Amino acid sequence: MARAKTDPVSPSGIPLPPWPESPRGERPGVFPFTRGIHETMYRGRLWTMRQYSGFGTAAETNRRFRYLLEQGQTGLSVAFDLPTQIGYDSTAPEAAGEVGKVGVPISTVEDLDELLDGIPLESVSVSMTINASAAVLLAFLIVVARRRGIDPAALRGTLQNDILKEFAARHTQRFPLEPSMRLVLDVIEHSTQRLPKWNPISISGYHVREAGSTAVEEVAITLAHAIAYLEGARARGLDAGAVASRFSFFFNAQMHLFEEVAKFRAARRLWARTVRDRFGVDDPAAAKMRFHTQTAGAALTYQEPENNVVRVTVQALAAILGGTQSLHTNGADEALGLPTEASARVALRTQQILAHETGVADVADPLGGSPLVESLTDAIEERVGALLGEIDRAGGAVRAIEERLIQRWIETSSYRTQQEIESGARTIVGVNRHAGESTPARGEVFRVDPSLECKRVERLRARLGARDMRPVTAALADLRKAASGSANLVEPLVAAAGAGATLGEMMGTLAEVFGEYQGDL
Amino acid sequence: MSIRGTSDPVTGRSARILIAKPGLDGHDRGVKLIIRALWEAGMEVIYTGMRVTPEAIALAAAQEDVDAVGVSNHSGAHGPLFRELIERLEAEGIGRDDVVLFCGGAIPPEDVDELRSIGYRGVFPPGTSLESIVSFLEEALR
Repeated sequence: MARAKTDPVSPSGIPLPPWPESPRGERPGVFPFTRGIHETMYRGRLWTMRQYSGFGTAAETNRRFRYLLEQGQTGLSVAFDLPTQIGYDSTAPEAAGEVGKVGVPISTVEDLDELLDGIPLESVSVSMTINASAAVLLAFLIVVARRRGIDPAALRGTLQNDILKEFAARHTQRFPLEPSMRLVLDVIEHSTQRLPKWNPISISGYHVREAGSTAVEEVAITLAHAIAYLEGARARGLDAGAVASRFSFFFNAQMHLFEEVAKFRAARRLWARTVRDRFGVDDPAAAKMRFHTQTAGAALTYQEPENNVVRVTVQALAAILGGTQSLHTNGADEALGLPTEASARVALRTQQILAHETGVADVADPLGGSPLVESLTDAIEERVGALLGEIDRAGGAVRAIEERLIQRWIETSSYRTQQEIESGARTIVGVNRHAGESTPARGEVFRVDPSLECKRVERLRARLGARDMRPVTAALADLRKAASGSANLVEPLVAAAGAGATLGEMMGTLAEVFGEYQGDL
Repeated sequence: MSIRGTSDPVTGRSARILIAKPGLDGHDRGVKLIIRALWEAGMEVIYTGMRVTPEAIALAAAQEDVDAVGVSNHSGAHGPLFRELIERLEAEGIGRDDVVLFCGGAIPPEDVDELRSIGYRGVFPPGTSLESIVSFLEEALR
């Protein structure tokens, strides 16, 4: 969203500087980008308001997408149901009861086409929270684009495609760690070479934090994962700068306003130095940490859920003061279930109010130069550096996950936080302090219509039964062969998707070669 | 490790609790906290891990001869999964008086009474303290 270039003034007519001076001399848009990746930040372009949504069926979710775009949302973010995320078709026995529950079910190219019906893929960027099956969803999208006459090179958007944090915290992994890393790198390689506007990965601290880590651990674990991916890409002979410039990141915004703002600043500085000093990339543009932020689901209370509007507002403010590129604000009722349309609207309005009524978008890094925020930024940088050293000594992020070092950090911090809440050392209003009417109002929880799953499964079964299986079988045989070797798997997946293979068939074929994750991490 | 009234006074055997996560969601922060709290309270905890079917949970409950079974789900699939578990337990010869059943996760308020009525003696939505879950089990297993 382009904004007016005239210098803003306060409501009293006081001219506002583009950014406050900092005693350290750091400036927005200049390496190491502590103060933001753009010189003008939100004066030039507001953050993208990107609400994560999906439920029921592709058609149902398409309606919610169009509604959100009509309400002024500027990017899409697809929530897939768990069977899709793990790689099961809606018709699979493993999917029963989960179809359409936490996101939209996508088993075929036709499903994705229906989901994106009427959405201009060249102008609206589409973000997909998909990891184990990210390569398959990318293949579906490429086929949808081609069928619409769009060059895949014009596709804009992001795949989450961050399998390491699945092992560490989020747990939708399907394959063992090593072949999982191969798929991530296949997508990065294909995208770097063929999809210039596509972000092939969103390295996510969000879920690490949700699982209970501290802010410092969130940054350290995220950077350790990013280093592992970039090392993997370099080992394939890819140019580290070209790959790093396609990386995007995803962070959490929790309740402690100043620590959160400092966290975002420290993360940018650390990543910029990592790209330059560890990977020898001289181009500062490749060292810019672009990131999405979501407010903390784990901070939402089940008790007195209306209070959560205030929590979300403060967290969103932290993300904006921290210079995020895009933002998802949670619905106040999300400790109870998926948000109702009304609470999803309030969540979006929260961003719009912050953007257009408060003046926070007028000045880049408005807290930069504050002794408190600068010293917190330095302290986080130092502590993250120490944790990264531990991960390096363990042999890198992959080894640290295999040895459960990262998981133990998260579990220890989660337990400590819980003890603080129970002792009262950490206050949660309405829960352990000023607790009043403790049960939320009934009858106001969003429910996915239970008949949707049944209809969806019947419809998909009929559609799959009507396929000509010869090209599907041939394409899956090619995929199996490619998976047994070392070729990049994106093209064979695109071919299989084009031939009519389902997500479950492709993931099942890969599982025959790779094996299934055994639940041992 | 303190044993606080959860061991059998005659045999000295600690209470055995099976913790399981049916459904496909990966939200295991809650179960991990509970496992640690029960362990610190002197109970023996067996954890099935994630993505287990109600059938597998019932089988584990029978094989491990547990005193209580706790299940957690955050994907909105708790209704059918938790109901099926009761049927599967009965198929293993485990009735509602044989084990203490309890559950937690993202459970909307209107589902709480229904889960209680079908046999879940403890229903613990988000925000429940570990202390109250431990007390519930100590009371229920006395």
